[in-house]
Amino acid sequence: MLSEPDVQVSNPRSRALLLSALYSAQEQYGWLSPEAIQHVADQLELTPGQVHSTASFYSMFKLQPGGQYLLQVCEGLSCYLLDGADTLVAQIQKHLGIAPGETTPDGKFSLQIVQCIAACDYAPAIRVNDDLHGHITPESLDELLAQLSAQEEGAEHV
Amino acid sequence: MFEPVLTQNVQRADSEKIATYLAHGGYAATRQALTGLTPGELVEMVKQSGLRGRGGAGFPAGVKWGFMPKDPGTPKIVAVNADEGEPGTFKDRLIIECDPHQLLEGTIIASYAVGANQAYVYIRGEFYLGYQRLVQAIAEAYEHGYLGKNILDSGFDLDVSVQRGAGAYICGEETAMLESMEGKPGNPRLKPPYPAQTGLFGLPTLVQNVETLACIPHIVLRGAEWFASMGTEESKGPKIFSVSGHVNRPGNYELPLGTKLSEIIYEHAGGIRGGKQLKAVIPGGASTPVLTPEQVDIPMAFETLAKAGSALGTGAIVVMDESTCMVEAARRTAKFFAHESCGRCTPCRIGSMRLYEALERLERGAGLQDDIERALYLSDNIDARTFCPMGAALVNPARSTIQKFRPEFEHHLEHRECLVRLH
Ligand SMILES: Cc1cc2nc3c(=O)[nH]c(=O)nc-3n(C[C@H](O)[C@H](O)[C@H](O)COP(=O)(O)O)c2cc1C
Ligand code: FES
Repeated sequence: MLSEPDVQVSNPRSRALLLSALYSAQEQYGWLSPEAIQHVADQLELTPGQVHSTASFYSMFKLQPGGQYLLQVCEGLSCYLLDGADTLVAQIQKHLGIAPGETTPDGKFSLQIVQCIAACDYAPAIRVNDDLHGHITPESLDELLAQLSAQEEGAEHV
Repeated sequence: MFEPVLTQNVQRADSEKIATYLAHGGYAATRQALTGLTPGELVEMVKQSGLRGRGGAGFPAGVKWGFMPKDPGTPKIVAVNADEGEPGTFKDRLIIECDPHQLLEGTIIASYAVGANQAYVYIRGEFYLGYQRLVQAIAEAYEHGYLGKNILDSGFDLDVSVQRGAGAYICGEETAMLESMEGKPGNPRLKPPYPAQTGLFGLPTLVQNVETLACIPHIVLRGAEWFASMGTEESKGPKIFSVSGHVNRPGNYELPLGTKLSEIIYEHAGGIRGGKQLKAVIPGGASTPVLTPEQVDIPMAFETLAKAGSALGTGAIVVMDESTCMVEAARRTAKFFAHESCGRCTPCRIGSMRLYEALERLERGAGLQDDIERALYLSDNIDARTFCPMGAALVNPARSTIQKFRPEFEHHLEHRECLVRLH
């Protein structure tokens, strides 16, 4: 006869805190490192596997370390129609020498392509960490990148 | 002249603060509902108003409230869908950021009407400003006694909290949202059972969109008849239309349902940029079939758009002028859906990717001889064969664009180049 598998039965109400616990851990550790995942699992009495399976489903959870500034360029239709999207990605790529998914060697910038961020009235739109920047032009993007490059380590907001 | 209802506060300074809201009649509806009306009367009132859901599906709100079990012993939940992920849509963001108390009032009244003592707002992860404003608004509402125990001495208790999503379009689908709220990957659940029977933590749950709930306080204050006096036969009340793309003034425009699409584009959004010609319009968010210029005089209502083979969806209007390559527009949207498939069922997971690949080849000028037929065949085989309504959502833009702009696809295929490429 097979023995009972060792299944951890978790409290559904405590698991409901998982997304917010992942946000907190991401803030604290910078990304969801294996230690961060373990920490969250311990907090909520879940297995690291349960935590990882949820974390990996969502694009805002970082399972890899990234730069101080995460540049998210919207490639949605409305941003594309107003010359955003690919044009802005190409400009950032040229300016910083990184492709989508990459981080600059100094750890300052990461580049990510995202889908419509519900800011089509501000198209073309990008996000820098949690801040929205709208009506982006090649000039304003250059300015923004220069401004961010000049920021001291730890100063999060422009 | 139409007087804005849902957006009447958004231009005011500090519109998100409770002091501003109270100074302009805020929370009067809550008082009236909780101290002057029974839950049954409220459900009846919302039914009479003809209010239909603003999250995309257009289900009658009052009917859904009536589905919630009446027995007072069962704990019930209200779950506010603030995930706003349908590309082109940015109306809920406006309400959440600029008038969060209006949303809270709708939530309080709905909770009272269905007997829920706990409400959650599931807000899109990217809406960080909205999240902060909502958290602040909830704290203010507790301080002023509009949330918590024995609200306004009515004997009704309600707690509200906010939960952030984390970047997954599918979590806007109501059962995927419930899964996500339980801390799991956002895979949709089989329906039935519907959330009104078995929802969050297995409890009866009323799921309602932000804009739907924002209508409630106005219905309570001004009556079902007033609400139903706006709109068409089957589409009542005011609606916020998000307009973007090639127009002079992109933005949110609140107008009665039934307003002509052409009036919204040319009068309110200022017409096409640079005096160019209109080429195509998506009327209700990325998942609704595209319309051609001959169709722009259509009234923006559930029944009229359905009759025209499209849908009102979220009322998000994306305008494309003559410089737009429709093959590229279809490719881009197909990429979105392929990326956002939750992966649970095969027609959606594999089908969305094959559809994208066919459109991508066509766009690039590397189309296989049967790629147009392949895209149509895939569309017909994905539609209505998926686990959740995502299948219909993903084939609508691709199929309708091929059907209506087929010569452009054929040109890409035969000549390996674009007819209209702007850059
Ligand atoms: C793929 C998919 C995505 C959806 N996304 C959203 C969304 O972002 N916001 C929303 O309110 N409803 C969304 N819905 C509709 C919800 O499932 C549900 O019908 C709605 O929240 C009910 O509220 P309402 O009746 O007030 O519109 C989506 C549906 C599907 C199939
Ligand atoms: S398409 Fe970029 S914000 Fe909507």
